[in-house]
Amino acid sequence: MTASGQPQTAARGARRQVGAARAGLAILRKDLRAELRAREAVPAMALFSVTAFVLFHFGLDRARLEGDVAAGVLWVTILLATVLAVNRMFVAEREQGGMEAMLLAPIDRTAIVLAKAAALFVFLAALEVLAVPAFGLLLLGGDLIGALPELAALLAVADLGLAAVGALVGALAAETRAREVIGPLILLPLVVPLAIAGANATEPLFAPAGGPAELGRWLGLMGLYASVFMLLSVAVFDFLLED
Amino acid sequence: MYARALKPLALATAAVSALAFTMIFFWAPLDADQGFIQKIFYLHVPMAIVALLGFLAAGVMAALHLRTRDRRWDIRSYVAVHLSIILAVGVLVTGSIWAKASWGHWWVWSEPVLVSFLITFLLYAVYQPLRFSIDDPGRQARYASVFAIAGAAFTVLNFVAVRMADAYTHPRVFSQTGGNMPPRMFVTFVVALAAMALVFATLWTLELGSKSASERLRRARRRRERDADRAELAGAGGERPRAGAHADHSPAAAGTATASR
Repeated sequence: MTASGQPQTAARGARRQVGAARAGLAILRKDLRAELRAREAVPAMALFSVTAFVLFHFGLDRARLEGDVAAGVLWVTILLATVLAVNRMFVAEREQGGMEAMLLAPIDRTAIVLAKAAALFVFLAALEVLAVPAFGLLLLGGDLIGALPELAALLAVADLGLAAVGALVGALAAETRAREVIGPLILLPLVVPLAIAGANATEPLFAPAGGPAELGRWLGLMGLYASVFMLLSVAVFDFLLED
Repeated sequence: MYARALKPLALATAAVSALAFTMIFFWAPLDADQGFIQKIFYLHVPMAIVALLGFLAAGVMAALHLRTRDRRWDIRSYVAVHLSIILAVGVLVTGSIWAKASWGHWWVWSEPVLVSFLITFLLYAVYQPLRFSIDDPGRQARYASVFAIAGAAFTVLNFVAVRMADAYTHPRVFSQTGGNMPPRMFVTFVVALAAMALVFATLWTLELGSKSASERLRRARRRRERDADRAELAGAGGERPRAGAHADHSPAAAGTATASR
């Protein structure tokens, strides 16, 4: 490189860095505003969750659930509800030309995946604020208030993992011909580790007698899962966007 | 390039497989607890290890495809996934038979290798539907590669998670391969593992060879059709056929056709 070329590229690189954070925030703001106006994802997920609780009530034929069954029903319902948001995440962008605009804009592609993951995280947190009390009201026999701090921590870390894996799978499935089928089929096996960790960690919280909570172990597993898939999504996302 | 490696590989596979089966049935001692049925271990565990390494190798090849943009790495990754899926079915079936014989149930949730394989198999079963529901060849290769990389990372994570969830009620297969396994069993196991790895390598080379051969055939057919078209045009155009052909076809296409003849 020539001496005159050096500062120019450095300056361009710095401008791009600032642009990435700003672009990411702008995309996130756009997604949240679209959700606030159209109310597509979160109400659908919440409705799905409550309906699933009703189905579980009749399917298991129990009025109140405790311990491992309660933990399993809650986690499986949340993981299945995630499918709804992931399926929609990139479809609207493709259909209405948002993707082309984002690709034409001179921004770092990492900003797009991080913004999409952040939006999914917000949707999931909103879903859980609605679905967990509904679960406590409709099905849970144990004490929800006492379990709430631990449960909130578990859900928050699980949401990080779900957001990372959901952004990746949403982008992967959006380009296929049968995306409504392919998306869930990829996502569901991928979230099995989260189901294992979540259900195992929540089981003693919902047990009537309580139990030895191994919160650290399962939080560690979920944290490992979230960081692996977050790094992976950032690393490979470029290849899903180029044409 | 694959055809040359195929013959020695196939011969080595036949020899090592024959050796492995001889050792399994005539040399390795009978298991004190499980008796004869324990011999399925020499098929089940090598299959599991090779399938797992196949998935991981497919992830590495997919990463190489994305890095080098060489489409051949994508084909290699695809064939590795394809063969590993077949082996994974074998792992599930042999594991199920072993579970029935030694624990009395066709399916045992407390055997972590078996459960991990089911989950991994369910994920990779979507590889082909994903791949073939994308029309554009370049995008198909890129998306399949991303899937293979994510799948390889997931396979490792999944094994950790399932092992953590396990109640540790059954002896681990891998603790058997360690200290408390008689030397004859261990040597037989290693030979069986080598045989399975060679089977995988041979099938991989065979399928890649057939894919590259049919690709070459397709290219040769296309070239012949183009030549036939050109000859027809030359016949209709009368004198100086070569110049006529060059004028009608794009110069680049005609140039490669002439050069490759």
